Formats: sequence, structure tokens, C-alpha cells
Amino acid sequence: MEEITAFFEMGGYAVYVWPSLALTVVIMAGLLIATLRQLRNRQRRLAELEARGVQRQRRQRPAPDPTAQPGAETREARP
Amino acid sequence: MHRFANPARFTRLADRILPFAAVGTVVALGVGFYLALFVAPGDYQQGESVRIMYVHVPSAWMAMFIYVAIAVASAVALIWRHPLADLAAKASSPVGAGFAFLTLVTGSLWGRPMWGTWWEWDGRLTSMLILFFLYLGHMALLNAFEDSQRGYRAAAILALVGVVNIPIIKFSVDWWSTLHQPASVMRLDGPTIHPSMLWPLLIVAVGFKLYYLTVVLLRIKSELIAARLRALDLATVKAAEVQGQAVQG
Repeated sequence: MEEITAFFEMGGYAVYVWPSLALTVVIMAGLLIATLRQLRNRQRRLAELEARGVQRQRRQRPAPDPTAQPGAETREARP
Repeated sequence: MHRFANPARFTRLADRILPFAAVGTVVALGVGFYLALFVAPGDYQQGESVRIMYVHVPSAWMAMFIYVAIAVASAVALIWRHPLADLAAKASSPVGAGFAFLTLVTGSLWGRPMWGTWWEWDGRLTSMLILFFLYLGHMALLNAFEDSQRGYRAAAILALVGVVNIPIIKFSVDWWSTLHQPASVMRLDGPTIHPSMLWPLLIVAVGFKLYYLTVVLLRIKSELIAARLRALDLATVKAAEVQGQAVQG
């Protein structure tokens, strides 16, 4: 028991040591949580939008041009 | 490098790295803080207050490391127009600002019992405060323009100009030896700190690096989704306009 008390007293520096550690935990955890929340919100919004309209836009995309020149790689293959 | 400009490819890569980075963060911080709190000895002069070092010093290293990372990303963005570099810089600065803030506050909490003052306009303290303001300026510039590209450009220029502050922080303790102690780990002649304190310090520092990697990958992923959302919104608005014109005509 005495050992535990001594540990928390930090040799008389408890008021400096514990706030330092606590603030580190709060800021690092806070940043991580804020980041995860933002990511989840955006993922949800994207999923909603895609479910509604994106397929329609995909279908509207023009088909590849059949009169296009042959690919550059076939020309470069010649010696 | 431009291979990873493809958002889908980057997201796949990030998703592969993220579990390792997250688990590594937890393990390194668990071991590091255990050693720092229970195993490492008190200092012969500073007693138990020296335990503040295990958060103060790694935070300061991270604040400087992340700033250099932002400066490198900004250079890549300005020179090669790499689209992910802008996002990496944007994703990094809140994390860097957090670590700079932690450095200042934990330093103050350590300075009060050891130096007898919360704050002094010492070279090291002042240059670290400037680093914190540079982070805030970077974040403010990114959001200051209607056109996000102009924001990225302005923030990148600020990041590159501000990088001159990094060597000033590093060498401030040698140039103006007023209050802050000189380096005891990053020295040309090797660390002067005892291994029983050095190891916990280095393990916590690795944990902080992995934490940064985890958070920055998540934030870049998030920025990529935000860009996609903006493009979709724009497409929806355009489609509505076209429909409106068709109805009118």
C-alpha cells in the first residue's frame, strides 16, 4: 500500500508529472478519435451518394472511340 | 512516386500498413510507458520529476520531425505537383501542432519545479513557440482560400520558409546557453544519458512515430474521400444545371 502511495506521490512532483502524462494521453487520444470520426462520417456520406447517383454517371460515360489510333507501344516495338 | 498518386492504390497500401502501425503503436507505447514509469530510475538531481522527460522529449522530436515531413511534402507538391503530397502536408499539421503544444506545456510543467519558472524567453523555448505558431499558420492558410489549390500553395510556401526554424531549435541550446539544457541524446559523440533512461525514451519515441504514421494515413484516406465528395457534389450541381437549361430551352 505504501509503495502505491509513494508511486503516486512521484517524490513530491505529482502535480507536475501526472498532468504532463494525462495531457499527453488526452491530446493523442483526442486527435485519433477526431480523425476516426471524420473518416467514418465521410465514408458514410460517400456511400450514400454512391448508392444514389454514381452508377447513373458511370453509364453516361462515352464508349471508347473506335476510330482511335493504335497504341503507341505497338509503334515503339518496331526496330 | 507518382504510382501512389492513384487514390485507390494509395488507400489499398494504407489499409495494408494501418493494422501493423496501430498494433506497433500500442505495443511500443505500452512497453515504453511501463519502463518509463516503473523501471527507469529517478534522476540523482531531479528526482521523480525526470519522468516528464519521457513525454516531453519524444513530443519535441515529433514536433520537429513532422515539420520536416511537411516541408518535404510541400517541396514535392510545389515541384512535381504530386497531388498526395499536398494531402500529406495537410494531414500532418494538426498532429505536429498537437506535439508542439505538448512540448511547450510539459516543458513548462517540468520547468516550474526544476528552474523555478513556468516560462522564460530562452532560445529553445522561444523557437519551439515559433514552431507551434508555424503549425497554426499552416493550418489557417490551408483553409483561408475558397480555391483549395491556392491554400495548398500558400501553406507549402510557408512550410518551406519556416523550415529555417528547425536548425534554430536544434542548435539554440548551443548558441544561447541561457536556461534549457543542451542535447544529451542526439550528439555526435553519442548519448550522455544512462541506458536505463535512454531505452524507455527511445521506445516511447518509436511509439510516437508509429502513432503519427497511423493517424496521418487515416487522415490522408479521409482527405481523399473528402476530395471525392467534393467532385461528386460538383457533378451533381452541374447535372442539375444542365437539366435546368434543357427544361428552359
